Amino acid sequence: MRATARRSGGRRLLSGFILAGTLLAGCAAPPVPPPAPAPPPPTPPPRADLIVLLPRPGGAPGAVVVQEGGREIVLDTAYASARTGTGGLEAGRATPDEVQAVFAAALAIAPPRPVTFILYFVEATDQFTPESQALVEQVLRAIATRPAPELTVAGHTDAVGTDQYNDALSLRRAERVSALLVARGIPPDRITAVGRGKRELLVPTPDGVAEPRNRRVEITVR
Amino acid sequence: MRTPTGRILVTILGTALAFLASGEAEAQDVGRIKTVKGVVHIERAGQPQPALVGSGVRQADVLVTGPDGAVGVTLADDTLLSAGPNSVLAVERFIYDGVKPGVLEAALTKGTLAVVSGRIAKQAPDSMRVTTPAAILGVRGTEFVVRASDGSP
Repeated sequence: MRATARRSGGRRLLSGFILAGTLLAGCAAPPVPPPAPAPPPPTPPPRADLIVLLPRPGGAPGAVVVQEGGREIVLDTAYASARTGTGGLEAGRATPDEVQAVFAAALAIAPPRPVTFILYFVEATDQFTPESQALVEQVLRAIATRPAPELTVAGHTDAVGTDQYNDALSLRRAERVSALLVARGIPPDRITAVGRGKRELLVPTPDGVAEPRNRRVEITVR
Repeated sequence: MRTPTGRILVTILGTALAFLASGEAEAQDVGRIKTVKGVVHIERAGQPQPALVGSGVRQADVLVTGPDGAVGVTLADDTLLSAGPNSVLAVERFIYDGVKPGVLEAALTKGTLAVVSGRIAKQAPDSMRVTTPAAILGVRGTEFVVRASDGSP
């Protein structure tokens, strides 16, 4: 109650000042210009969600499953679209021009795509094959051209041996490559080394098969 | 400890510990800003943080772009997220250790978003989700764009 009274008293005082100011200004200043035309009303927000599956360079487009209000649409071809609105979820097809019209800014600012290099190892060792030594130079060039570059160095083995053995071997390979990159000036805090063992064979084989192309380290620069 | 001062001290200590604990759980960067245009900031625990090329992005961070703003983020699993102007994009959940299947949940409250999915979406179906206020998108190893309607239909 007291606070309210005090505030309205302050407002009276303030309006007194404004009145005085207006009167003074009225004496000295040129006539007030006519009010500026009202700014155009802001464009109304889009009424609907719009989802468009994009073609994927060098691969199948994958899929997005869109759910809204108990309905579901699977987008699994390039430019398949889903739209929400008053009539519920609607399937459709967008054109590249429509995608550009709505999403040009988001697409233009997309970070560079991560790039992966594969280095190979001599069986049961953490020694590179000679070809792989040369690849390190390409990795360094990729790092140099990217904004705020980071690396994942993932070690892999072939299918010979136990998981425990291969997890340890693959991590050792990854750490060896990381150390090499650090020695070439890459800050250690930008590198994550992981050992994926024999979980992700590049060339599928039955368990126990020695396959040189599976004994590798994948360096992904992102 | 039953004096008012003691009680205040306990309260302060408790708050500080809770703060430290929450900080520890979320302090890890799960991605990094790679591209920025115009006015962009990161909202972290309600506080605006600068969004610059190289800034870390953490779980629960919200990226906010202005009328001329746009931002691109690469997450640790190689997922690319890029938002256009007047967008609000939250990285709600990101669990990933580079080996085991992970989880990625992002929410676009408004604006536009382009997505190139990474390893998490490849590892297992239903492991990556993008939501808008109206819809839920399950992502299976793909590239797509999404606009969130700003307001009710």
